[in-house]
Amino acid sequence: MHPFSFTTAETAAVALRLAAEDPRARYLAGGTTLVDLMKLEVERPTQLIDITALPLTEVTTLPNGALRVGAMVRNSDLAHNEDVRRRYPMLSQALLAGASGQLRNMATTGGNLLQRTRCPYFRDTAMPCNKREPGTGCSALHGENRGHAVLGTSEACIATHPSDMAVALVALDAAVRTAGPQGERVIPIAELHRLPGGHPEIETTLAPGELITAVEIPALPFAARSLYVKVRDRASYAFALASAAVAVDLDKGVVRDARVALGGVGTVPWRSRAAEDALHGKPAGAATYRAAAEAALAGAVPREHNAFKIELARRTLVRALTRLEANPA
Amino acid sequence: MTAPHAEGTAGVVGTPINRVDGMLKITGAARYTAEIPLEGLLHAVMVTSTIARGEIEEIDTSAAEMSAGVIRVMTPDNTPKLESLEKYQREGGKGTGGSGGGRPTGRALSLFQDKRVEYNGQPIALVIADSFEAATHAASLVRVKYRAETPTIEMASALPSAYPYTQKVLGREPPATRRGDLAAGLAAADVRVDEAYTTPMENHNPMEMHATIAAWDGDHVTLWDSTQNVYGVRGTIAKSLSIPPENVRVISHFIGGAFGSKGSAWSHVVLAAMAAREVGRPVKIVVTRRQMFGPVGGRPHTVQQVTLGATRDGTLTALRHDSTSSTSTLEEWLESCVLATRILYDCPNEETSHSLVRLNVGTPTYMRAPGEATGLFALESAMDELAYALEMDPIALRLKNYAEADPESGKPWSSKSLRECYQWGAEHFGWSRRTPTPRSMREGDELVGYGMATATYPANRMPASAVACILPDGHVTIKAASHELGTGTYTVLAQLAADAIGVPVERIEVQLGDTDLPQNPISAGSMTVTSTGSAVHLAAMAARDKLVQLAVSDPESPLHGARHEEVEIIDGRLTRRANAPRGETIQSLLARHGGAPIEEKADAKPGDERQQYSMHAFGAVFVEVRVDPELGTVRVARALGTYGVGRVLNPKTARNQLMGGITFGIGMALMEHTRVDARNGRYVNADIAEYHIPVHADVPSIEVLFVDEQDPHVDPIGAKGIGEIGMTGVAAAIANAVFHATGVRVRELPITLDKLFPEMSIHSSNSPRQASPSRGFGS
Amino acid sequence: MGTATEHGVAVDVELRINGALARLALDPRTTLLDALREHLRLTGTKKGCDHGQCGACTVHADGRRVLACLTLAVAAQGKAITTIEGLGRDGELHPMQQAFLDHDGFQCGYCTPGQIMSAVALLGEPCGPNDDHVRECMSGNLCRCGAYANIVAAIQDVRRRVQP
Repeated sequence: MHPFSFTTAETAAVALRLAAEDPRARYLAGGTTLVDLMKLEVERPTQLIDITALPLTEVTTLPNGALRVGAMVRNSDLAHNEDVRRRYPMLSQALLAGASGQLRNMATTGGNLLQRTRCPYFRDTAMPCNKREPGTGCSALHGENRGHAVLGTSEACIATHPSDMAVALVALDAAVRTAGPQGERVIPIAELHRLPGGHPEIETTLAPGELITAVEIPALPFAARSLYVKVRDRASYAFALASAAVAVDLDKGVVRDARVALGGVGTVPWRSRAAEDALHGKPAGAATYRAAAEAALAGAVPREHNAFKIELARRTLVRALTRLEANPA
Repeated sequence: MTAPHAEGTAGVVGTPINRVDGMLKITGAARYTAEIPLEGLLHAVMVTSTIARGEIEEIDTSAAEMSAGVIRVMTPDNTPKLESLEKYQREGGKGTGGSGGGRPTGRALSLFQDKRVEYNGQPIALVIADSFEAATHAASLVRVKYRAETPTIEMASALPSAYPYTQKVLGREPPATRRGDLAAGLAAADVRVDEAYTTPMENHNPMEMHATIAAWDGDHVTLWDSTQNVYGVRGTIAKSLSIPPENVRVISHFIGGAFGSKGSAWSHVVLAAMAAREVGRPVKIVVTRRQMFGPVGGRPHTVQQVTLGATRDGTLTALRHDSTSSTSTLEEWLESCVLATRILYDCPNEETSHSLVRLNVGTPTYMRAPGEATGLFALESAMDELAYALEMDPIALRLKNYAEADPESGKPWSSKSLRECYQWGAEHFGWSRRTPTPRSMREGDELVGYGMATATYPANRMPASAVACILPDGHVTIKAASHELGTGTYTVLAQLAADAIGVPVERIEVQLGDTDLPQNPISAGSMTVTSTGSAVHLAAMAARDKLVQLAVSDPESPLHGARHEEVEIIDGRLTRRANAPRGETIQSLLARHGGAPIEEKADAKPGDERQQYSMHAFGAVFVEVRVDPELGTVRVARALGTYGVGRVLNPKTARNQLMGGITFGIGMALMEHTRVDARNGRYVNADIAEYHIPVHADVPSIEVLFVDEQDPHVDPIGAKGIGEIGMTGVAAAIANAVFHATGVRVRELPITLDKLFPEMSIHSSNSPRQASPSRGFGS
Repeated sequence: MGTATEHGVAVDVELRINGALARLALDPRTTLLDALREHLRLTGTKKGCDHGQCGACTVHADGRRVLACLTLAVAAQGKAITTIEGLGRDGELHPMQQAFLDHDGFQCGYCTPGQIMSAVALLGEPCGPNDDHVRECMSGNLCRCGAYANIVAAIQDVRRRVQP
């Protein structure tokens, strides 16, 4: 671990000021990604600003029906929150499908959104990685890439976004509320994560020092019927090979509205509007679901070891839609 | 404490008492190597190579040396040359002979004596600092320039360079065998199976990372080491550093899992001693989790061709098993895959062989059931394929070819209960409910598969010594430099001693893991009970004899004049068998004799019974899997193993050991795979988030049954050892169950979903598929 | 030989461990796990991976199970930390410890403190009643010896007694 100084911020204003004064400072919340990557010398901040004391731990319903989740709400608390369980079951399920009981007690809502890829080459400073050291090349492109993304990739980076929670949130059209040098703003999660393109080192649209203060999930009544399905190499405590978050509004057997997002296969939490379009107005059933799955993976680019993920993701999505239809909330 | 107690003469051996070291483990009081507090202790972290083959051109340690807290950075540029290794090289040792190979270091270690790099992740420098944080960070600051050479990494592309292994396997078995006439046997067969089975590199990943603390006192050094072999480490340190063995003390009281990886003294062990000598202070090295992929061994890659021929009634007429496994460029280390094949079935025509391929990877080593776990995956998968080809029940096929005597040597078995294991296991498992056709069993949306396989492991034994000391307070101390790896050594040795002497097990103190104690073999090969257990039994019996002698010849004792065999000791009280009320305690007897303890040492070793009998443990393992027909995910729903392992000293710890073996087998079957980058030999999934071992959710309830087996030949206590047999057969049983569930035969471990679902149509079909190209007889 | 940089300077850290206050001067990089093991000689909390992948370092922070290896000691100030050494009261074992002993819920013992700390925390968490629920909730605690089946039995035994 690179040496650093440690400061605790009692207010967001203090946190922002400290971050503005030191471009190599990082906010420390649950620490489950940051401390891990600091040990690997992948992250080398010179200052840590502990933001866990910020008063951002409430889950409240806003007048417009949206659910506001403070950035410091722990993943386990969010997963078991009654409103979340009732209104957005797929979010609760996605949270519980991620990591372990201990990590969920530590990880925060804001931090989960910003967790970094598990690409082994990114995590190994001995290996070239465009995300870690721009311009050094992507080791995964022609290396061990069984776990890598097939959607949203570029020739510079095929690293998978690891979050389960973010997949549910992007399906729900959630947005982050931030505080930054330019004041507060709201960023849809679909616009928070950037595709790698030629600059995989720039992962989000957050400005330097900008702080996520809350996540807002719009009211979406039909999301009370929603589901998260995760497929992985062991029964628990593993990152997704493929996952699907789905919510379907059925009217007399016809899909009136749907939300679809995929995990484990994209460089960002992957909202699939193509799949949603394929579901719209169609009768619920195997043929429609398969068509949606084909549409969702239409642009997928396989590499040497991960081609199986394309069909796996399709089947995972079909499974999620099928099971949702069979077991309405 | 609710441990059931042995009443009267029934004895505590064979009863399921709680572990005697359990209290220390559940309270966190058991101290493992890295936890020994020493004044002035320094922390050292290894720097490892980032290429797989070549020369170090330059190591720049300036930034590391300037880093706060750093005491010394050892590299090939400044590490003192070891006279022992120079002499070995001078005398023609190339460092590439067989495992051990007369090398002073035992294994081919990386001790910064030269600038060669032979695998990615090889230790090349050591940073010593006053804190773990300082040493870890400074290690990241060491800059290395290499002259890289093209490495050989991939087994598949290196297979043409395979060469036959010609040394004795495990120092005793021939590398290849031939009996009968294989070609004739194949010609006589009605049905043949000829398939290649592969298993990947795996790593042990015990939960405790390897650790060594070295502290010098003048020319004596003490090492606290996480090792399965304190005397082995002592020998390696003494030879490497050219000091007398008596100047080396090695201590290992608790080992946080080992599974073979801690059976050798690896580079960090000797480096710790070298570093502590260099800086004149005690030094601790804890191997990082990443460094447990490469520098401390692992299971090699194997490619095994199995050919079976049988007549219509299932009689085997031909059996051929050729194994090629990977080793490093540093050592010839062999995974002995075909040994179990030689003894398992009564087939008149059989050929077996071992070959090696050299790769630029870390040297492999023993990993739980080395050879048997891998070899039985191949053989027992092939037997299942043969059963399908014959349309015969797989148990019936095995019984048809049951070996009543060792088919290789012709010797009788010291004991064998495999028939009972098959039959009893099938009964308890509900094997009769199995409908043999693939994809014929379902529950809900899931495909159900039943599979079984044979388990076997040799009943090894080596010379061992122990001291039993009856103390004047009625307690007993047992001393033996064996080891507690989680196998229950403290517990079962206490049980053996308690019964031998006749005192409650609570009064037994067992001391292990210290070269100040009598010499014992490596705790590996499932031989701690057979070897050390026998020595403890004999030492305790000898101490008891001396105690009885003291009593019967003491005019003041109520037992004076009794015949030796009349005396009975129960709960620490000596009585005449016929007159129990008259007697005295050990305390009163010894008090009259000056309060001196009675101490007896026993040296136990196998005798010529090993020439007369073939000694193996056998078992049968049954599993039920559930396979998702669309996603290809496999879950083991239940597992059952039946075993004939001789006398079971403690059913509670024994059952746990065997369940653990089966769990290890689930990992091997479904997930374990060390991934190495084919371009540069980098261990890619070198952590335990990405190198998957089973978690709670992967492991169902497991049933373990013991066949009552008396073995009067195997050793003085009649036990065969159970550390490894639980792991054998499991991977094949699961692969066979997966075939039964899905119709897809996976011959390449691990059975991950990507090898299954592409073969399984989303619209279910009943025709069996092959996950790997089939040659010869298929479905 | 090295010179201490401004950043390498030790900071005062006050930790509340098992009900007692400990004042330490620590390198800010020190994790709670290393503070316990290397500075306070509370070695019951184990280091199995140092990267949040095995659960051997599980402790309670304000009653919730967390990983000490990913918690910086400086960031653990103000929290009530409980380790395996502080689990029993007045020399009595916690019922979970006794259940692990009776069900033989361990072999080598290295993952055991973490398993027990996780299992005790589980008693206060929403976790379904079945063995499979327990398996899922405990999946962050790896056991390479493979004592899982006995661990689940031990936990269910305690749950039946305290949450009938």
